[in-house]
Amino acid sequence: MTTTSREVEQAPKRAQASQARLLSRVSRVRELGLLIVLLLLILVVGIQVPRFLSIDNFEQILLSIAILAIVGVGETLVLLTRQVDLSVGSIVGLTAFVTAYFFKELPGINLVVGILLGCGLGLALGMVNGLLISLGRVPAIVATLGTLYVYRGLVFVFASNTTLQVNASDVPASYLALATTQILGIPTLIIIALVIAVIVGYFLRASRTGRQLYAVGSNPEAAAIIGLRANRLTFGAFAASGLLCGLAGVLWGARFATVDATAATGLELQVIAAVVVGGVNIFGGSGTILGACLGAIVLGTLQNALNILNVSQFWLQAIDGAAIIAAVILDAFITRWLQRSLLVRRKRA
Amino acid sequence: MQRAEPIIELSGIAKHFGSVQALQGIDFRLFPGEVHALAGENGAGKSTLVKILAGIYRPDAGMVKVGGEVVELRSPTQAQALGIAVVHQEPMLFPDLDVAENVFMGRHPRDRFGRVDWKRMYREVDQLLTSLDVPLSSHTPVQGLSVAEQQLVEIAKALSLDARVLVLDEPTAALSAHEVDELFAIVRQLRERGVAILFVSHRLEEIFEIADRLTIFRDGTHIITAPVGEMTTEAIIRHMVGRELSNLFPKSEARIGDVVLEVRHLSRPGSFTDVSFQLRQGEILGFAGLVGAGRTEVARVLFGLDRAESGEIWLKGKQVRIRSPRDAMRSGLAYVPEDRHQHGLVMDFSIAANVTLPILKQVSRLGLIDPRLERKIAGDYSSQLHVRSSGIEQLVNALSGGNQQKVVLSKWLATNPSVLILDEPTRGIDVGAKAEVHRIISDLAVEGLAIILISSELPEVLAMADRVIVLHEGRVSGTFARSEATQERVMFAATGQERG
Repeated sequence: MTTTSREVEQAPKRAQASQARLLSRVSRVRELGLLIVLLLLILVVGIQVPRFLSIDNFEQILLSIAILAIVGVGETLVLLTRQVDLSVGSIVGLTAFVTAYFFKELPGINLVVGILLGCGLGLALGMVNGLLISLGRVPAIVATLGTLYVYRGLVFVFASNTTLQVNASDVPASYLALATTQILGIPTLIIIALVIAVIVGYFLRASRTGRQLYAVGSNPEAAAIIGLRANRLTFGAFAASGLLCGLAGVLWGARFATVDATAATGLELQVIAAVVVGGVNIFGGSGTILGACLGAIVLGTLQNALNILNVSQFWLQAIDGAAIIAAVILDAFITRWLQRSLLVRRKRA
Repeated sequence: MQRAEPIIELSGIAKHFGSVQALQGIDFRLFPGEVHALAGENGAGKSTLVKILAGIYRPDAGMVKVGGEVVELRSPTQAQALGIAVVHQEPMLFPDLDVAENVFMGRHPRDRFGRVDWKRMYREVDQLLTSLDVPLSSHTPVQGLSVAEQQLVEIAKALSLDARVLVLDEPTAALSAHEVDELFAIVRQLRERGVAILFVSHRLEEIFEIADRLTIFRDGTHIITAPVGEMTTEAIIRHMVGRELSNLFPKSEARIGDVVLEVRHLSRPGSFTDVSFQLRQGEILGFAGLVGAGRTEVARVLFGLDRAESGEIWLKGKQVRIRSPRDAMRSGLAYVPEDRHQHGLVMDFSIAANVTLPILKQVSRLGLIDPRLERKIAGDYSSQLHVRSSGIEQLVNALSGGNQQKVVLSKWLATNPSVLILDEPTRGIDVGAKAEVHRIISDLAVEGLAIILISSELPEVLAMADRVIVLHEGRVSGTFARSEATQERVMFAATGQERG
């Protein structure tokens, strides 16, 4: 082959390669679309009701979704491996009740012991899920649907044998302070959620194990062939989800102060909605913590906006649901439009 | 070379699945620095052997020695650790991740804090791809790569493992001639370095080109191992099928009738530009070109899977707009896609259910499927095409590749099309079944069907087609009548060079 024809051949290859790099760069900031959706939402509602735009209100929004986001981070780990955890609401409820009851009975105890208790309980419950799925070979949707009811049942049993409701006046102020204090003017709750998101997000990006979670969800067969231990990774994801639910439960008790056996009922669907809106693939293999958190923020903002706009209670749920679907569609359009316009610009250059 | 210790030595290997004896009493030796071809019809046991070496299957009996030591290959990881890298026939990649992570999954390079060292990973993979002369970036998501490109990623992965033994399970099935040349250059380079290469292939010309020795399996038993130089094509085929094959490409003359399909100035940016051709009744029109030249893309537009940006499609003298496969089927088009598994068949359905899938209306009464009618129609077509099965209720995933392909053909023939588009109809099926598929295609043309045959195997196109259209980077770079089409001319056009 002559040099000239070889050069001619190389040119489109190079173009193709740089085009691929560009596309992958855009796809890596896939959250951009969601961010634009969020800004649009804020803009539209802000024009209607200026007080929506206050710092206070944003703080309210973030506070309202902090616990949701912590659970969502755990759910993301599970979804990445092509599984699902439906029991998160029940784990949060059980740990919230048990932790609050613990503080009621032993008001003098060190705060850290109570937190560890809640987290440990969540971890144990998550490990039960993980064992059922990885060793017991029960499909995750069935196993966690089962434990959703079992764990919730345990809260009721526990509550009926102890106290039906833990009130704010029953627990030490130091516990409640977990949710009310501020660091540098920012509520602790938001900081905790942020720290967890950063840690787990970094873990997913920078550790081999994190990358393997993606691999197992993306193509389980290929993962098996290169010797990834899918069972361990799945178990780990459920255990981590349980642990984060435990922490969320501890914070739930502190935030709402009054806890009964129905605490956090239905949380699982909100969590999955948030995470999926955030672009985490329900069929595994793709998604980021940043996306999941943005999804939670979009959902929280929507809720808040609907409240501020005084939408009738009867319509609230339907509009909320429709808005979730609209957000996902809009995000898909924006992402596609971004990719296309970037490509065209590149071609002209 | 033969004096050296074998790197892999198998003796008395047996493996069965249920009542099927997949391998029996296999003795086999692979030496460092040799390219050892493994041939045999589908179902001969090649893939089973590959999977045993890969640590996926464990043999029922026999002994495996690697580097002179008896080992048990219990897992893919262990096989990898012993220096055995396998490039599987179906790419085993992670669609959501990029090329670099696919190469390094499970063994990401790490910095001194134990974090994934992304920069180093991308750099190493880019170097690897450059050394392979592969036009891919390490950042490219694997989702959307062609089968050929995915194979190259697999090969890059195997190379990154610094393997002592490289098993290539039909690696060239989806590669263009140019890519095969590049692959062979790499294989030769590895052979120089003393790597032992087991090369599983259906393509005899490739075996002659690259292999030092050849082993043939038939029905799970070892038939012969000999230096390639001592073998002839006829002998290999005889050993593989156990019978003489007089003609690989039996093409009978069909009466060429009126123009059925005419395509005028069809363009789809990024895929192909200004493609025009005519197709007549009874004619087989071959589409030749390198992988990525745009042949499949044209077919997809004709069948309504993608949209053209400009151009016209005329069927039987009338301009048609095809916006969906439904439109295409209504207009009398049928498309047999390249990947049987992904696009052609529902693997968990029976033969009968697969065949009648596109014509459910015809086999239904009052909206419910009439099982008798379904069986009758499916039975007619599958016996016409000689599908070998235990009956039309058999699930298609239990059939061999060749028979699956016949089921796909039956399915589309049941729609009674006037134009049949075949995309790589003989890819990955064995020699015997191939001849049969060729005979079927030829018979269909005689019956008056107009056929577009897309194939990367040049001899196949030249033998089957009445006319050959060659595409190069999305443009028609040559059209040849049967009498003018030679390998050289078509290859020149396919590589985009002017005939000098």
